[in-house]
Amino acid sequence: MGQIEWAMWANEQALAAGLIMLTGGIVAVAGQFKGWYFAAYAIAAGVFVCLLEYPRSKRKKGSTMERCGQKYMTAVLKVFGPLTRNYYIRAILHAALAVPAGFLLSTILGTVCLGIASGIYLLAAVRGEEWRPIEQKPRERPHMGDTIKQPPTNPPPRPPADARKKPPAEAGGQVNPITVEAE
Amino acid sequence: NTASVINLWPVLEVVWLGLNLYLFIDTFHWYEDEDAYLYTRIMLGSALAWARASATCLNFNCMLILLPVSRNLISFLRGASTVRALRRQLDKNIVFHKMVAYGIAVNATIHIVAHLINIERYHRSQSKEAGELQNKLSALGKNSHESYLNPIRTYETNTTEEVLTTIAGVTGVVITVALILIMTSSTELIRRSSYEVFWYTHHLFVVFFIGLIFHGMGQLVRGQTPQSLLLHNVTYCKDHYLEWEKATQCPLPQFSGNRPVVRVMFVVMHSSGVLELHMKKSGFKMEPGQYIFLQCSSVSQLEWHPFTLTSAPEEEFFSVHIRVAGDWTIQESLEIPSRSIFLNLLAVDGPYGAATTDVFHYQVSVCIAAGIGVTPFASILKSIWYKCCNPSTVLTLQKVYFYWICRDPSAFEWFADLLSFLEAKMAEKGKNDFLSYHIFLTGWDESQATHIALHYDDKMDVITGLRQKTFYGRPNWDTEFKQLAENHPSIGVFFCGPKTLSKILQKMCNSYSSADPRGVQFHYNKESF
Repeated sequence: MGQIEWAMWANEQALAAGLIMLTGGIVAVAGQFKGWYFAAYAIAAGVFVCLLEYPRSKRKKGSTMERCGQKYMTAVLKVFGPLTRNYYIRAILHAALAVPAGFLLSTILGTVCLGIASGIYLLAAVRGEEWRPIEQKPRERPHMGDTIKQPPTNPPPRPPADARKKPPAEAGGQVNPITVEAE
Repeated sequence: NTASVINLWPVLEVVWLGLNLYLFIDTFHWYEDEDAYLYTRIMLGSALAWARASATCLNFNCMLILLPVSRNLISFLRGASTVRALRRQLDKNIVFHKMVAYGIAVNATIHIVAHLINIERYHRSQSKEAGELQNKLSALGKNSHESYLNPIRTYETNTTEEVLTTIAGVTGVVITVALILIMTSSTELIRRSSYEVFWYTHHLFVVFFIGLIFHGMGQLVRGQTPQSLLLHNVTYCKDHYLEWEKATQCPLPQFSGNRPVVRVMFVVMHSSGVLELHMKKSGFKMEPGQYIFLQCSSVSQLEWHPFTLTSAPEEEFFSVHIRVAGDWTIQESLEIPSRSIFLNLLAVDGPYGAATTDVFHYQVSVCIAAGIGVTPFASILKSIWYKCCNPSTVLTLQKVYFYWICRDPSAFEWFADLLSFLEAKMAEKGKNDFLSYHIFLTGWDESQATHIALHYDDKMDVITGLRQKTFYGRPNWDTEFKQLAENHPSIGVFFCGPKTLSKILQKMCNSYSSADPRGVQFHYNKESF
């Protein structure tokens, strides 16, 4: 599996884990389950993980499909530099975030899923992968090509550039109102 | 060709969605309304119904999901399919697979959330704040003669520990994780960038299905047993929980993990050694002439015995008549009041078998029963009686001849009782001529013969007590068929009994049917067991 960028799967898994942890937390808090403080934590951790994982990393090869509206979080992640770029740090972070949610049944699924995501990120880090922001390409104004100085003066059919140096043979030549194409 | 242009796909989507909704709503209502789960609902509320309804949909969708990706099956269907529009739907197999997968994801979410709530509520029922009734229900099972309702037996535990020490809990976590991994590796991004990750991870479906099989086996969600429902009046007792075990209408309720389906309404012990069982099962629909399998767990968990149904579909219950023999010893229970017989009963499978509804399609039907073959005719005759009495039913059937040949009528006393009942009812309605029956006794001894001869002139038959006299010896079929042929144009003949007699009757039908199709025709229908 030479071409796989493991971080891509880790990213999907972590995002899913964040949502699962969030859901489990909401259920336990809404139901005021015993030990719901862990659930309140799980909601916070779930939201945090979702935000962190939302912007996709730029792939090494080929173009990357951005998630809708991810440029805002990309800007935030760029600020943290190596903390967000390095996948070792991310692996450890996810593992640490997962642990407290493991103490409550409602959020234990989130723990397991985030733990697995942490493992895949570790694998990605070992293989030298990194998170790279997807930069916005500056929008180029469509401008005229540099080679065209001015629009052509004579109507088509136009002889090649060298031939244009010669003055036209007949000044009163027929001007075709409609372009005539030679077969 | 317009057929190939028709897009059947939206129809399939709607059908699938409709089935899901039907299953969900039907199961939901069952668990919300069924008396057997009343006490369970006191502890769990509606979360019970949500969990079970989504479980039914999960069963349905998990069954479907493998079909569209079974390549050999798809190829076979393509070859076997003659309608092009249908064949083209097979091209959409992956789309269908994904749709079902989304269905599984949605239902799994509902199921997990509902059970999280259930487990928490079971745990809470053990705490003092839950109130007396919930505490009482949770305490059931502490003594040996009680069955438990609350799978969480004490408050001094945590829900995680409880779940992870049960098969259902562990398998639940495992299969959910497998499902999540399958889904995160199936996103279009992953599939396109690394097909191998998607492909290998998807094989976790093996783990998923194995876990799923074991997941439901624990039967942690329990309902009241049908026998307990008969003895313990839930409507009264739920408000008088302090009187349980003291009041006669509130013995302790008993619970089991099996979905309670069969209720034994009552049991009649006939002196001829025949047990008549009246039962009710929700959703049970039968036709006359069918049979069911019964399993009695106190006799054997593995054995299912077939019994012909002796009730008519028009009745509110269904019944069988069981001849007492073999392991099914009822001797001990003769002393016990009839209600508590079959305490650990009863599973019912069926009904099966070809229904003899054709009997209603002829103007004249001749029913012939030999020996034990009389049993399905109990159902048929009763059904004929109900239809004949129902003023709104337009019955093609105008006349029924019933021939009963048996060696020893005492074994079928209950059937003789039925005949006399029908005889009386027909007379009441002024339909004396509707049913004409003839009983032939083929076995008798000296003393019986003398007795019969002595009472020859009596109005009622001395053996059966019926108005129509019993004949002795086998019937003369030639005479019977000749007489039938003279009186009626088209006759349906229905037989249940030994093969030899079946062959004879078939020959009779053939020989007395006229060669002219406009003449008298006997149509032979054999009841097969």
